[in-house]
Amino acid sequence: MIRLVLPAHLRTLAGVDGEVELEVAPPVTQRAVLDALEARYPVLRGTIRGHGGGPRRAFIRFFACQQDLSHEPPDAPLPGAVADGSEPYLIVGAMAGG
Amino acid sequence: MTGVRVLVGTRKGAFVLTADAKRADWRVAGPYFGGWEVYHVTGSPASPDRLYASQYSGWSGQLIQRSDDGGATWEPVGNAFGYAGEVGSHQWYDGSQRPWEFKRIWHLEPAGGDPDTVYAGAEDAAVFRSGDGGRTWQELPGLRQHESGPLWQPGAGGMCLHTIVLDPAGGGRILAAISAAGVFRNDDGGRTWRPRNKGLRSGSIPDQEAEVGHCVHRIARHPSRPDVLFMQKHWHVMRSDDAGDSWYQISGNLPSDFGFPIAVHAHEPDTVYVVPILSDTEHYPPGGQLQVWRSRAGGHEWEPLTAGLPQRDCYVNVLRDAMAVDGLDECGVYFGTTGGQVYASADAGEHFEPIVRDLPAVLSVEVQTLP
Repeated sequence: MIRLVLPAHLRTLAGVDGEVELEVAPPVTQRAVLDALEARYPVLRGTIRGHGGGPRRAFIRFFACQQDLSHEPPDAPLPGAVADGSEPYLIVGAMAGG
Repeated sequence: MTGVRVLVGTRKGAFVLTADAKRADWRVAGPYFGGWEVYHVTGSPASPDRLYASQYSGWSGQLIQRSDDGGATWEPVGNAFGYAGEVGSHQWYDGSQRPWEFKRIWHLEPAGGDPDTVYAGAEDAAVFRSGDGGRTWQELPGLRQHESGPLWQPGAGGMCLHTIVLDPAGGGRILAAISAAGVFRNDDGGRTWRPRNKGLRSGSIPDQEAEVGHCVHRIARHPSRPDVLFMQKHWHVMRSDDAGDSWYQISGNLPSDFGFPIAVHAHEPDTVYVVPILSDTEHYPPGGQLQVWRSRAGGHEWEPLTAGLPQRDCYVNVLRDAMAVDGLDECGVYFGTTGGQVYASADAGEHFEPIVRDLPAVLSVEVQTLP
């Protein structure tokens, strides 16, 4: 079970509180996690990355295990602690003004 | 109950303001989509409880929201805006060519006869159409692919398509205006577009006869006279009597002919409203006095309307989509400011009252007249 944390504005949009738990088959990658997230919450399509698995939006970042994973390739395996659910995958709205 | 519903888009959400026909006691609902920029909220002429809103944030991009109960509840619909075919390029500030890139929707224009048909004006400039209530969107690519497209440049606010004027009789004619390309007209349901900027003069471009490159801010018209158009341009208030084939200046005695919005009285096709702004760098009213100016002669001769508006120390702006009129017997006039005030006049502009004073900066104001 993957644990995922959305930024506040996307939690409101998706109508969720707290963490989201997702079943993702290995290999657990950024693309696989976002595919599962968007399948569960279609309203999030286009708000984190482009439609159809397009690039990450400029002011959205991906953190986990005290690392900034934003620039990792979408198909790179995520840390084992994310894959086994012991650490959450954080989707973060960058500090970008107003 | 006859009344009005004022739809307000702001920098941090949408608001719905309602009143009966007296327009004295107001109910304020919102914010909806709090924290998001709402560029435009508008209703379907065919089904007034069908509303559309353009919701945007720098973090998460574009959403379109739809309501079927007059704004009480909302449903996100489609937000996949893809340019059709070859994307092409336009001119960038340094003269280089840059590919078209979708950023946001500035304006939504529901069709008159069908609540599920709605047009959207995009930045970078393009017109999209939905025939299924906003769930899916298709570009009308003939505009973006016009041969002059590589010459278009963004204005300071981006290369936005901010004005869409549909044929009130339901025909195929569409007018669109782009900053800073100008006016384009289509006469065949969206396929073929032609620049319609003859007579516009723009001091900031070298060729005054240029077919494109004019910074149009807003176009308004009365539905009974679809060929008579009124335009607030970057500088100059303009008029066309031939559906945009040619334009002439009607600025007359305005204290400044720079501004953003323009509106036409609901029952008097020659009564026009503008809000003069000091200049293109000083986006506030001349002398710190917020004034709506009205012409009852279709232009040239203008009178200030000041009752109820601040006449000292006022340095707000009124943006291009932030003025509208209602259709009650005594036409109401409404506008919102970048200072968060929404003003209403229940007597065609003779007296204004603030409905609210402290909203986020107002981006758009639309009014629905309810049966």
